[in-house]
Amino acid sequence: MDLFEILRAALSQALGPQAIVLALAAIGLNVHFGYTGLLNFGQAGFMSVAAYGLAVPIVIMDLPFVAGLVMALLMPVVLAVVLGFPTLRLRADYLAIATIATAEILRLVFGSVEMRDIFGGSNGLTGYARPFQDLNPYGSGIDLGIFALSRNDLWAATVGWILVALCSLLVWALMRSPWGRVLRSIREDEQAVRSLGKNVFAYKMQALVLGGVFGGLAGLFLALRQASVVPSDYGTNITFFAYTALLIGGAARVLGPVVGAIIFWFLLSGLGALFSQATSGANPLIPEVIMSNQQASLVRFILVGLALMLLMIFRPQGIFGDRREIAIDGR
Amino acid sequence: MAAENTTGTTPGSTGAVDVGAARAALREVPNDPGAPKPDPILVGSGLVRRFGGLKAVDVGHIEIQRGVITALIGPNGAGKTTLFNLLTGFDEPDEGDWSFNGSSLRKVASYKVARMGMVRTFQLTKVLAKLTVIENMRLGATGQKGERFWSAVFPSIWRKQEDENTVRADALLDRFLLAKKREDFAGSLSGGQRKLLEMARALMVDPEMIMLDEPMAGVNPALKQSLLGHVKSLRDEGRTVLFVEHDMDMVRDISDWVIVMAQGSIVAEGTPDAVMADPRVIDAYLGAHHDTDLSELDEEKIEAEAMAELEGKDKP
Repeated sequence: MDLFEILRAALSQALGPQAIVLALAAIGLNVHFGYTGLLNFGQAGFMSVAAYGLAVPIVIMDLPFVAGLVMALLMPVVLAVVLGFPTLRLRADYLAIATIATAEILRLVFGSVEMRDIFGGSNGLTGYARPFQDLNPYGSGIDLGIFALSRNDLWAATVGWILVALCSLLVWALMRSPWGRVLRSIREDEQAVRSLGKNVFAYKMQALVLGGVFGGLAGLFLALRQASVVPSDYGTNITFFAYTALLIGGAARVLGPVVGAIIFWFLLSGLGALFSQATSGANPLIPEVIMSNQQASLVRFILVGLALMLLMIFRPQGIFGDRREIAIDGR
Repeated sequence: MAAENTTGTTPGSTGAVDVGAARAALREVPNDPGAPKPDPILVGSGLVRRFGGLKAVDVGHIEIQRGVITALIGPNGAGKTTLFNLLTGFDEPDEGDWSFNGSSLRKVASYKVARMGMVRTFQLTKVLAKLTVIENMRLGATGQKGERFWSAVFPSIWRKQEDENTVRADALLDRFLLAKKREDFAGSLSGGQRKLLEMARALMVDPEMIMLDEPMAGVNPALKQSLLGHVKSLRDEGRTVLFVEHDMDMVRDISDWVIVMAQGSIVAEGTPDAVMADPRVIDAYLGAHHDTDLSELDEEKIEAEAMAELEGKDKP
């Protein structure tokens, strides 16, 4: 048992690119669900359209890198508007169903054999991230013993955390304004907001677009860091990981999703390393009968789920949340 | 707007409405259902709303006089709240047309109706539970620059207006005895305080006409008196008030005109005294003992209140 090794694995993930992807996606969900009460279960869809928005113009259409970036930012806006028009006038649950279905449809279309010429099928697309990697100012990676990142990851993490900081700053500035007050009021009771002369639909649309763009940034960042876009990266589980991160940190709090994402990956990666060590070797700490090495990598998800349940029971507002102001009522 | 006006605001657009003159003019109006008024602010005709086979509202003609308090009464299920919803754009009638200050409200979204100066409250209060009282109030102000996405990011654009709105909000909170609750979450208020907050918040919109859906339901007797005073003061500062109420004492006490609904239609209207004496109204709604002394009425009153509460729970 090497605690140092476990800590190193946990910290490197918690402060590395994985956590950044989750943090960006969760910031978007915070705008949707935490502040506005929009139940978006398809954040993966916003991520995937941004990732393919980056890759397709560069790889397939031979356009310059900047064109890819512009498309990556534009596609989530288009998706939000297309999704919002039919669903935002309906009750919240309809948006949840529509978004999760859309995200799955997108993933299947991106991975389909028929569309392989455009989206690259299940292998996805590669070979567009060179300009991003060329900008890397670092000569080598970083290894502080307890925390290590490769040269590429260090560059990605630098850009990523700046992105997270800027997004958080924007959310903070918006949510302390009267605009943010309208969103929070819509979360509480949209009829009341309507009765005071506010165009609820327009605000919900703005929130959906803003959170969708944050989700898009998550997808864009993932695509840049991996230098490949693969449809299987945008399954529903990424959406629910982001929700988990949001709930751990505390919904409707500016830094809730960021801290939540860090804790989520710290736990997931730390537990993974712990069980991997405990079940490997000639004489494992946990005997083969109880848990095999293959099972070990999955047990961590069970434990994270368990932790989430306990959190919801004993601290439903998350770590930062104000108990009096949680979006989820026990009732 | 006028931040120095400590009583809140007076509706700006129409200028002063002479309450006395408006009431005097009403005396000439015949006590017939759908009677035309000398100076109507709200006019509706041929309003029909069906729920399945049931005609919940079937109003031939309705006019609401400007600058007075009009009460809308009727037994449970008479269609009062449905009519409210239709007039304020929260529901759409199957037939009919209606106008506010001369402009048609057909197909006009509810938020636009509110901006035009007709603001409503709800039978089941809709306070924003997880916002503080003062934030509830600030939300009510119209034309906020900071509610636009790009301006929201720059406080320099909206800070001054926000401060002015806060002064107005604090004046209203003072007037409605909620100043002590300023920083509390609205969810922690009692039922009566929520009614007060909702009324105060509606005033932040500075409406020309305010529509109160059962302002007294669930309010304790001590608070009722002050609520009555508030409703009267709305009229005295020149606003038009239309309210739905089951509390006959309140109707008698403060309304200048009463419209009685039963089974979706207007069955009678007139001054409070005339309506309470109308045999059709007594039959439909009031019961034989409607003008006996209060103490003898306790049982009926309790029953009526229980009914009102039940109705409140049944409706969304």
